[in-house]
Amino acid sequence: MGAAKQIRVKVNDVDHDAVIDPRTSLADFLRGELGLTGTHVGCEHGVCGVCNVLVDGRSVRSCLMLAVQADGRDVRTVEGLADGEKLHPIQEAFMEEYGLQCGFCTPGFMMSICELLERNPDPSDEEIMEVIGGSICRCTGYDSILRSVRTAAAKLGGARA
Amino acid sequence: MKPAPFEYAAPDTIDEAIHVISQNDPDEVKILAGGQSLMPLLNMRLARPQLLLDLSRVRELAYIRELDAGVAIGAMTTKRDLEESPLIRERHPLFHAATRLIGHPQIRNRGTVGGSFAQADPAAEYPAVALALDIEIVAQGAGGTRRIAADDFFITYLTTALEPGEILTEIRVPELPAGTGWSFQELARRHGDFALVGATVTLRLEAGRCSDPRIVVFGVVDRATRFAEAEALVAGQPAEPATFERAAAQVAESIEDPLSDVHGSGEYRRDLARVLTQRALVEAAGRAN
Ligand SMILES: Cc1cc2nc3c(=O)[nH]c(=O)nc-3n(C[C@H](O)[C@H](O)[C@H](O)COP(=O)(O)OP(=O)(O)OC[C@H]3O[C@@H](n4cnc5c(N)ncnc54)[C@H](O)[C@@H]3O)c2cc1C
Ligand code: FES
Ligand code: FES
Repeated sequence: MGAAKQIRVKVNDVDHDAVIDPRTSLADFLRGELGLTGTHVGCEHGVCGVCNVLVDGRSVRSCLMLAVQADGRDVRTVEGLADGEKLHPIQEAFMEEYGLQCGFCTPGFMMSICELLERNPDPSDEEIMEVIGGSICRCTGYDSILRSVRTAAAKLGGARA
Repeated sequence: MKPAPFEYAAPDTIDEAIHVISQNDPDEVKILAGGQSLMPLLNMRLARPQLLLDLSRVRELAYIRELDAGVAIGAMTTKRDLEESPLIRERHPLFHAATRLIGHPQIRNRGTVGGSFAQADPAAEYPAVALALDIEIVAQGAGGTRRIAADDFFITYLTTALEPGEILTEIRVPELPAGTGWSFQELARRHGDFALVGATVTLRLEAGRCSDPRIVVFGVVDRATRFAEAEALVAGQPAEPATFERAAAQVAESIEDPLSDVHGSGEYRRDLARVLTQRALVEAAGRAN
């Protein structure tokens, strides 16, 4: 292996220090080292979007980022959405609008939607579709996911809905 | 862990990066920018560098700077920063439109302008824009800095004029002369996919006749290509459908050995090149004044 690297990453508001092989992806680090298996991995080449997480507030493919690159950064994963037992409005909206079936793709959708609604509390359908088009869902169909985002925007107080 | 083992360095400055390269065999060093093309290649072990040189901490390479008649963009500027820049949107609308068509928001959050130029994918948007706008590419290596014209930069599939160990530091985008019409057209199977074929056109109108036409098509051969014969059929001609049909047919005819794969046969791509060129000519003429 290449010389190990020391990193400090904030994940869901908790600082983590780790020594890692530089070829570890951020996705593998989150899942394997931190046990945060809510971030899924599918294609591992950037196409499916199940691994989306937020890095400094931006949604990125965690399979295409190295964990060393997250040194000093602020990472948020699906585990950081709920407040204890209380679900995040995006999670509630997905339940209410049937935004998921098997749920494999859901964490990736939610993190991209989280970025969208933080930056644009009242997005148009076109703006929503551009973001959800960056993830692949093979069960649900995108209509109910679109509705979930509209409902989440309303719950968060943005919105038209 | 998917990639083969590598050493990793993340310098803070260009000088440091060049120093690190000079301490190694440049053929064994791979530069990492946004990773949106390189990470898949590492994961599939199609790239196995000894040293991965990550430019993401080189802050001096991320900027959008206005020039006298254009804009200089640092190599590590992300596509997201470009698409959100009012300067790019208002003064460089062709560049803006092309940027919006690259991948998905999640890809544009990390993918850099320098990475797309260095990657030189035949189906990528930026190389076509570079030919249409005469973008200059600035590269820096141990031997100093040089500027490369877009015409000389893109050589073939995934191959540019960059030497091993050279860092692409900046692109310089000239502003289109006032009144120039432009269009950027592409067809992709799904929004955010690489285009099957695309066409971009710029032209001006003088008393109802076309002048200074540029026609660039990408996704049909090994690199984005300008079509001089088709341009000649537009220059000085009335801006009307017959002119554009003739030029578009000429583009289709000039394409030798079009790319063919599971996404589209060579003949399909050739026909798409014709259709998209025609649409681009019509739209560009409509925008010219
Ligand atoms: C799902 C998906 C969809 C995509 N769709 C599109 C699309 O529609 N259109 C499109 O154009 N692209 C698309 N891409 C590719 C994306 O735009 C990449 O970001 C881009 O090709 C490379 O930029 P990067 O910053 O990620 O570079 P990297 O992947 O880090 O590097 C790419 C190559 O360039 C070299 N390099 C990078 N920076 C420099 C530099 N400063 N100096 C010298 N060499 C350098 C690297 O060594 C490497 O060989 C897509 C990618 C994905 C994953
Ligand atoms: S696992 Fe990251 S995009 Fe598919
Ligand atoms: S809910 Fe099964 S893939 Fe989306």
